[in-house]
Amino acid sequence: MSEVSADANKSAKQNNSSANVAELESDNPRRKFLTIATSVIGAVGVGAAAIPFVASWQPSERAKAAGADVEVDISGIQVGQLIRVMWRSKPVWIVRRTPELLASLSSVEDQLRDPNSDVEQQPDYAKNQYRSIKEEFLVLVGICTHLGCSPQHLAEGSFAEYAEGIPEGFFCPCHGSKFDMAGRVFAGVPAPYNLVVPPHMYVDDNTIVIGSDEGVA
Amino acid sequence: MAGFLAWIEARIPMMRTANMHAIQYPAPRNMNFWYVFGFLATIVLVNQIVTGIWLTMNFEPSAERAFASVEYIMREVDYGWLIRYMHSTGATAFFVVVYMHMFRGMIYGSYQKPRELLWIFGMLIYLALMAEAFMGYVLPWGQMSYWGAQVIVSLFSAIPVIGPGLVEWIQGDYVISGATLNRFFALHVIALPLVIVILVFLHIIALHEVGSNNPDGVNVKHPKGSLPDEEKTSYKIHEYYTSKYDIADDVVPFFPHMVLKDMVAFAVFLFAFCYVMFFAPELGGKALEHPNFEIANPLKTPEHIFPVWYFTPYYAILKAVPDKLGGVIAMFSAIAVLFALPWFDRSNVRSWRYRSGLHTGNLIVFAIVFIFLGYLGGTPQEDWKIFASRIATIMYFGFFVLLFLYSKHEKTKPVPKRIPS
Repeated sequence: MSEVSADANKSAKQNNSSANVAELESDNPRRKFLTIATSVIGAVGVGAAAIPFVASWQPSERAKAAGADVEVDISGIQVGQLIRVMWRSKPVWIVRRTPELLASLSSVEDQLRDPNSDVEQQPDYAKNQYRSIKEEFLVLVGICTHLGCSPQHLAEGSFAEYAEGIPEGFFCPCHGSKFDMAGRVFAGVPAPYNLVVPPHMYVDDNTIVIGSDEGVA
Repeated sequence: MAGFLAWIEARIPMMRTANMHAIQYPAPRNMNFWYVFGFLATIVLVNQIVTGIWLTMNFEPSAERAFASVEYIMREVDYGWLIRYMHSTGATAFFVVVYMHMFRGMIYGSYQKPRELLWIFGMLIYLALMAEAFMGYVLPWGQMSYWGAQVIVSLFSAIPVIGPGLVEWIQGDYVISGATLNRFFALHVIALPLVIVILVFLHIIALHEVGSNNPDGVNVKHPKGSLPDEEKTSYKIHEYYTSKYDIADDVVPFFPHMVLKDMVAFAVFLFAFCYVMFFAPELGGKALEHPNFEIANPLKTPEHIFPVWYFTPYYAILKAVPDKLGGVIAMFSAIAVLFALPWFDRSNVRSWRYRSGLHTGNLIVFAIVFIFLGYLGGTPQEDWKIFASRIATIMYFGFFVLLFLYSKHEKTKPVPKRIPS
């Protein structure tokens, strides 16, 4: 071992400049291998070190806990009334629709972009004309699918100002998107999709859990 | 004193750097008022950094305290109102001078060869500045802070597949929340200012390597040995430049000539700046929007959501496209085409003084369209505006398409060899 290094020292001293130049040349296979290997290991190290920095931008445990399921008592909702609850800091609407309103849903379908809810904006169990589990109760995330504003519920004829002949619906004040009383988007407005139906389930006749749907789907 | 300076100079090249990059830098003698905006942008940058540091001394970056701490700065900290208005007016002033600076580059062809990279560094500064301004506007945590952030961040959800996950990652929550505010604060006060300062440094280094353009677009640096002595400048120009080129008698040293001109501009600028700061700091709701005087409320969308004035042209382009992903692509393309401007222009005549009437017209129409888009994006939605913003969007991109088409065989006037007197 010591002999080899002594040898190397000697030869390096003897033909100093020309030997150094030869050694610096990148076509020296050993040097080339070491350069590439070191670079790869270094890059892997930098990549690994970046993981905690990137991952720390994910929602924290506290944020996840705050995003937990919400239980809502729906026994007090009057017919025609809309209540708002918070789930994951988003407004969720629960509307108890009148029988007349349910009957009128099919009449607006020719003005809608996606009347059959083909785009996956709802769990499978809400992929129907009413976009709900029970016809009467509509559960929606009250955030416009365009750019995240919260639409207004316009009832008792005031929606007709924006959609002729339709007395009730949702209107987004930001960019004028319109939705019917099943949260289905009208054609020709900026919002591309129907309003989102969050995962939810009935634990009994009077209680809805928003955020989880185990056993229902 | 001379001995002391020599002692320093032997250890760090202080005077050499000052001479090379400021005092003995060759500046074309025909530079006009369009050439003051780079200097003014630097002044505003310093203003933003200094006032920003002072604001962080009292600002509390949390969803619970941010809004109240801004009000605390405004009402209870001595001169807090002044420092905050210097900062908010500074943001508006920054974009005014940067837009002027960019338009200067466009009319005099300052992006053309060999200044492509210089232009790109400038565009990167502009991009970083937009991110910086956007995040800064979120910090007071008013209604427009919150809903503006909501609109901008949800733009990323339009990206197929990774979009929704990306939005959660940016927000650090399922919605815009205190977590978002905190990280925007970190980026606004540390990360982006560092990036901007480094980019400005690179912008200036690149400028000094290729040399300043001028309103005639005439070269002032000529190949070594090509100029007779009587045509060379008699001013003291740093040898870094004279050793590589013959510098024509078309230049003046940056100090004191350009510095004094910039000082005049600075004085005029201060009048405008102080007028806005003292008498109209909200700029009629364009710089500090009225809903932002109400604390952020996730359950209540303001009736109209606009970005601050300097983003409204792009916002109009976003809204002009009826498809969400298409709108986002159009908006980002509007900035991307500016990056590629040096390659859209295939003429080798720089200044509009020597180019065709078509080019002059194209530039003027572009400026008008940009301002008109700003109007459309910053005022409440009306039916005619959707149509108008579609036309204006097409015209915006049309500038680049037309430029590409006519610039190759454009009828230009002969460019003089030397700056005309």
